[in-house]
Amino acid sequence: MPAVGLSRTELTLRQKLWQVRWLFVLLLCAVAGIGFAMLYSAAKGSVEPWTSRQVIRFAAGLAMMIAVAVTDIRLWLRYAYGFYLVSLALLGAVEIGGSVGMGAQRWIDLGIINLQPSELMKIALVLALARYFHGVAAEDVNRPLLLVVPLLMVAAPSALVLRQPDLGTALMLIIAAGALFFLAGVRLLWFAAVAGLAVGLTPIIWQFLRDYQKQRVLTFLNPESDPLGAGYHIIQSKIALGSGGLFGKGFMQGTQSKLDFLPEKQTDFIFTMLAEEFGLMGGLALLGLYTLVLVYGFAMSLGSRSQFGRLLGLGVTTTFFLFVFINIAMVMGLIPVVGVPLPLISYGGTAMITLLFGFGLLVSVHIHRDVVIGRRGAPDDL
Amino acid sequence: MHGDPDRQKVFTRRAALLAGGKGLLLTALVGRMYYLQVVEAERYATLAEENRINLRLLLPPRGRIVDRFGVPMADNRQNYRVVVVSEQAGDVDATLDALARIIHLGDGERQRILREVGRKRRFVPVTVRENLNWEEVARIEVNAPDLPGIMIEEGQSRHYLHGEEMAHVLGYVAAVSEDEATGDPLLELPGFRIGKAGIEKVYDEPLRGSGGSSQVEVNALGRVIRELSRQEGQRGADVELTLDVGLQRLASRRIRGESAAVVVLDVHTGDILAMASTPGFDPNAFNRGLSTEEWSSLASDPKAPMINKTIAGQYAPGSTFKMVVALAGLEAGIIAPETTSTCRGHVSLGDARFHCWKRGGHGPMDLEQAIVQSCDVYFYEAARRIGIDRIADMARRLGLGEPLGLELPGESRGLLPTRAWKLATTGAPWQKGETLIAGIGQGYILATPLQLAVMTARLVNGGVAVVPRLTRRVSAAGVAVPEPGAAPSLGLTPAHLAAIREAMDGVVNGPSGTAAGSPIREAGLEMGGKTGTAQVRRITKAEREAGVLKNEDLPWKERDHALFVGYAPVRAPRYAVAVVVEHGGSGSKKAAPIARDVLLAAQQRLGTRPPVSRRDKAPGDDQA
Repeated sequence: MPAVGLSRTELTLRQKLWQVRWLFVLLLCAVAGIGFAMLYSAAKGSVEPWTSRQVIRFAAGLAMMIAVAVTDIRLWLRYAYGFYLVSLALLGAVEIGGSVGMGAQRWIDLGIINLQPSELMKIALVLALARYFHGVAAEDVNRPLLLVVPLLMVAAPSALVLRQPDLGTALMLIIAAGALFFLAGVRLLWFAAVAGLAVGLTPIIWQFLRDYQKQRVLTFLNPESDPLGAGYHIIQSKIALGSGGLFGKGFMQGTQSKLDFLPEKQTDFIFTMLAEEFGLMGGLALLGLYTLVLVYGFAMSLGSRSQFGRLLGLGVTTTFFLFVFINIAMVMGLIPVVGVPLPLISYGGTAMITLLFGFGLLVSVHIHRDVVIGRRGAPDDL
Repeated sequence: MHGDPDRQKVFTRRAALLAGGKGLLLTALVGRMYYLQVVEAERYATLAEENRINLRLLLPPRGRIVDRFGVPMADNRQNYRVVVVSEQAGDVDATLDALARIIHLGDGERQRILREVGRKRRFVPVTVRENLNWEEVARIEVNAPDLPGIMIEEGQSRHYLHGEEMAHVLGYVAAVSEDEATGDPLLELPGFRIGKAGIEKVYDEPLRGSGGSSQVEVNALGRVIRELSRQEGQRGADVELTLDVGLQRLASRRIRGESAAVVVLDVHTGDILAMASTPGFDPNAFNRGLSTEEWSSLASDPKAPMINKTIAGQYAPGSTFKMVVALAGLEAGIIAPETTSTCRGHVSLGDARFHCWKRGGHGPMDLEQAIVQSCDVYFYEAARRIGIDRIADMARRLGLGEPLGLELPGESRGLLPTRAWKLATTGAPWQKGETLIAGIGQGYILATPLQLAVMTARLVNGGVAVVPRLTRRVSAAGVAVPEPGAAPSLGLTPAHLAAIREAMDGVVNGPSGTAAGSPIREAGLEMGGKTGTAQVRRITKAEREAGVLKNEDLPWKERDHALFVGYAPVRAPRYAVAVVVEHGGSGSKKAAPIARDVLLAAQQRLGTRPPVSRRDKAPGDDQA
């Protein structure tokens, strides 16, 4: 094993903290700050009940993120499968004993907080796949036999999440995994084959969808068909967005959100409220900040010398991207309503923890960019 | 180890592709945002406004009905009502249960509410109860948290100041019934009342006014957040009638307890100054809503309180018809004032005997005395010579036998028999005896009190075909009101009219007049007139021989109608009156005193000089 840059692989905590991309952290804080303002507006000018709790969560999440970032990346590699298996077990537990919320079983009640294993899985799957493809040589990547294991790694949690049923999360798991397969060098032919299979299976999958899921797809295709029922959310959301115009109605002046026409304005539809109150300009500004986060994600990932680091970094970045895209596309009526929050802005703890945990890993990839990791996981390095 | 740089190369290339893909997707988001917020912005802005702004109709105050001096007869009073909005109540049944513990709610009431809730749109408030008192309002307000969808509304309700004294003229308003709903949202408002009878019905449209609107900001649940703008409606137009409230009330009270009708007319303008019919009903009760018992007792009363007898009641005019017969004879040249007949108490025609009311007979009578003493035999003879068709023709010219075209609905036409009419209706030819009976205003002939008043007016105003009217003014554009004056002359000979008037003067003021017991003694206000006593049953020969029963001994339904038509002052007539007391007995004893009191009051209240604004005087118009 070459010892190139070995001097930089063993950093002290102090050095690691120095290596943290603080500008990136600042960027995250800026986005979260916008979220705080929007929650304040959603509560009609009050920090209660949302902003105050969101601030505490973000602060705690930020601390966790730094802790994750300075943890040696090889440790994450070593425990990647373990983490994945625990998450999978928890997901299975939800299937058996989770409490029912919003018509879908998604939570494990830990007393203090409700744990959502599907959120954990978003990170765990990225870690596990990154580790797997890290260990596969470039020339072996397209051997069908070697693809069976990672496919199973995706299929198992996806199936469990779909059973819950949580279409949005399943979609995110599959797409993020797909991105990792793609980055690992899996031949495009395989993707074409899987896509063809998916199209072929669509009518069969349709049979297995719950009524409300079918309804969501149908509503998406024609929201005006049921303006007071299933289509209500998306119609009101489009009205709010459209009526915001170029510059918006002003902070706390959104009629759609203030008069409760806009559903779930503090969670999934918070982007709508932002776009109603700050218009196209506000929406573009937030999208700009998100794009910056993505750029940082790509830059930090590509700077890593290990395949594991690169895969992990871009896996996290892609997951973040999926949050952003699915949520915004959903509230604008581009895709069905699937229940994905707007990252760092929507009220809620689980997604926030997931994302900050992921960003911690991303920063860790950056800090440990020069650590050379053997294909077998290089246990000797640790 | 050579694989790693390879791997990195693949990775970097694919990462670039991935970044490109993400960039494209983000661009799609921007495009969509641009589409929604710039291209379609205006449409969505409109939709957002429609979402938040609700237009609420404001009930306009109903126009008042006032008399000729502007004194209100029907106006509006503040009231409180409790309404339920089904959209906010959710379970209306449960809400009504809760409300029933606070205020009384009958079963029928509940059914009506639930029916209305089912019929109206979910956000339209439905009236639960009206005219709440303060205590009830307070109790509901206190319990408001337990009463979702229940609200107290302040409104105005119709109020009739003089109740039954003018119920028939004014009519009443009541809640809109299902078949009256036109889809006009105004009619769906709780508390909205529609004119159902009388003037309220005739001028319902102008009285309604037009609804105002209030723009309110509502939230997604429909709760009103604030009022944005308000456009007051146009209050309903006031309707000014020709009535004089004082005279109307006096006339009404004068016949209280009877089943009777009084009409007072201005003989020159046709203005109806009083129009009273008894018994009446309380129009305020209709506004409130009648119970089934109240309604059936009104409907089954033999004295027909719901009927406006002044225009819908039809009576044999009896001796009040004698002026018509006399004038028909005079104008045709068949009789002259000097024409004399001798009354022996009866005349014979074939086998039939026709009796005078005076059993022993009046002896020799000229026309004037025949009217003054109301000799039946004189008019049997006159009618026989004149013939039924000429009599009917004169009667028609004087306003009988046809509806007079009054604004009020429900006018009866009366009945003037002719030969042709009888053949057409019964198939039998006209009998000579029937002409004799018609000569004293009995038989087939029927007239309404209003027609009798008009007849009297035309007789004493110089033969001008005055037309009665009830409305002076409606303070709204585009509402046509009958114009006074301008009535054509009937072309009657002044001397003949003067002779008739002289005779009517004698009826009251002559020593042997049938109404000599009821003169007006105030100088210059004296009245003239004619009594009438109309039989409602045939007196058989056997009865006559056994001695005719006194009226008082007969069942009410079989007693004679008492009639009087009159005018005052005798020198320059200004007012005409017709009084009919159903089954009241004798015209001179019962009807004449009523007419006297009413005519005296009319002159004292309204003066005796003819109106200055009168149009061109018709030829032959009397100037005293």
